[in-house]
Amino acid sequence: MNARFARRRTDWISLFFTGTTGLATVLIVAILALILGSILVNGAPHISWQLLSGDSAKDMFDVTKAGLLPLIIGTSERVLLMTVAVMPVGVITAIYLTEYAPSTSLVTRIIRSAVNNLAGVPSIVFGLFGLGFFIGFVGRELDSVLHGASADPVWGRPALLWSSLTLAVMTLPVVIVATEESLRAIPPGLREASLALGATKLETVFRIVLPNALPGIMTGGILAIGRAAGEVAPILFTGATYYMSGTPKALTDPFMDLAYHTFVLSTQSPNIDMTRPLLFATVVILLALTFALNIVAVLIRGRMRKRLRALG
Amino acid sequence: MQQEFPIVPPPETSSPPPTLIDVAGLSLFYGSHQALKDISLGISERLVTAFIGPSGCGKSTLLRCFNRMNDLIDNVRIEGRCQIGGEDIHAPEVDVIELRKRVGMVFQRSNPFPKSIYENVAYGLRLHGTRDRRVLDETVERSLRGAALWDEVKDRLHQSALGLSGGQQQRLCIARAIAIRPEIILMDEPASALDPIATMKIEELIVELKREFTIVIVTHNMQQASRISDRTAFFYLGELIEYDATPKIFTQPGKRQTEDYVTGRFG
Repeated sequence: MNARFARRRTDWISLFFTGTTGLATVLIVAILALILGSILVNGAPHISWQLLSGDSAKDMFDVTKAGLLPLIIGTSERVLLMTVAVMPVGVITAIYLTEYAPSTSLVTRIIRSAVNNLAGVPSIVFGLFGLGFFIGFVGRELDSVLHGASADPVWGRPALLWSSLTLAVMTLPVVIVATEESLRAIPPGLREASLALGATKLETVFRIVLPNALPGIMTGGILAIGRAAGEVAPILFTGATYYMSGTPKALTDPFMDLAYHTFVLSTQSPNIDMTRPLLFATVVILLALTFALNIVAVLIRGRMRKRLRALG
Repeated sequence: MQQEFPIVPPPETSSPPPTLIDVAGLSLFYGSHQALKDISLGISERLVTAFIGPSGCGKSTLLRCFNRMNDLIDNVRIEGRCQIGGEDIHAPEVDVIELRKRVGMVFQRSNPFPKSIYENVAYGLRLHGTRDRRVLDETVERSLRGAALWDEVKDRLHQSALGLSGGQQQRLCIARAIAIRPEIILMDEPASALDPIATMKIEELIVELKREFTIVIVTHNMQQASRISDRTAFFYLGELIEYDATPKIFTQPGKRQTEDYVTGRFG
């Protein structure tokens, strides 16, 4: 019998690597399933209409009396405000870096490395930066200009605005990098074609480059929202509050927040056993909210993609 | 040089067409690398002028001088003079937007915008301020007819241009270029990515367009240059080796290098 193609020995190395990579995948999925599963099993049964729509009661550690609506609104507001703040700045920076800045110049390289370093800064440092810069400097200066030095601080205290801006600073690199990538993915031939027809650089950016990069820019926004929604450290000193009645009436008011509240519930409760169901329920709502914000952004991006492909 | 077959005489040049593009002593540097060396040539109105030569010989670079697309590259330095219609296009007071409206360009890889066929052709018009729907409609139709594409796309003007075949896309790019009525159309290997039938259509179109436009075409395809061009310039390593009537370049070139290249001995 011709045995030219017969297998001579078992390929142990291949088997080993197939097994290892498979195991690693299983491990990741298992960890995720475990986390989500335990949160859902412990939290979902305690979610009630009262919890979702009630105002923050004085009895904030008791699942039967507490209401989380102000927290849901507070978290949504800080994420939306952050998005409004970070998108224009991030997109404009990315446009400058890809379309205008001379790619080899020292300034461009400094900006790029600054953006990359910003991405590596721990979030608690952003929190302290927000406290020092937005509240201690910007807020206090605004107060002394608008209200005189002696009055009670209006701007110079923790507020929804300052938390959102701190989060915006933190997520800036995410938006810049994602936008830059989507701008670089636009074929240079399209820019050349536009310029060769007598378009200025600005016209080319607005009529050709940006419309086609929009889905990629949205991806940057989605990543930023995902990153910001669950963060506690940047809002710890800049706006989140332990307890308040109702929702913030102005940008300069503090707010209650689901993520920060999770921390409060797990460390400050006088009766851990009583609070545990509420803790799990709060986490379920935080996850659902983050997920919902992402879904909305993904749907908008999907519509944009479809419109780009079909074209009117 | 010896020719064993009868020599085709160059075409009658009793009244040579006026020169539209006049290049004198043009040198171009990318940083310290000199890509064009002291080029001088005149390109006549309403003729097809072909630039041939091996890759990296500078023919595309010279083409891109005529609408100043080289401005987009960092570290480009240009010496010498390049006049279009008697105006020095590198003079500081020249508005590069106006220059590019007069000097259109078709690229090697067809690059329609991801917009509808109609919007592709209307792009230049809208840029330069045409709002009137009727004018837009008329110009789009005339340009598509001019690019021999109208009959194929008239029923789907508002569908994506990306659904067209490669040859159709390239003709769309030609329609887009002629929509703003330039005087000169620069073509950078416009058919190099197309199949023979699509190439033939583009070539027929170029000969047709010659009646209204001055055409400068860079090509790697020597048969193409001999088929469609009136004059041919042969470049080698950044120098203009020979520039003459196309039949002369292909049948009795004056320089040894030209002969070697057009007969396929190198390149």
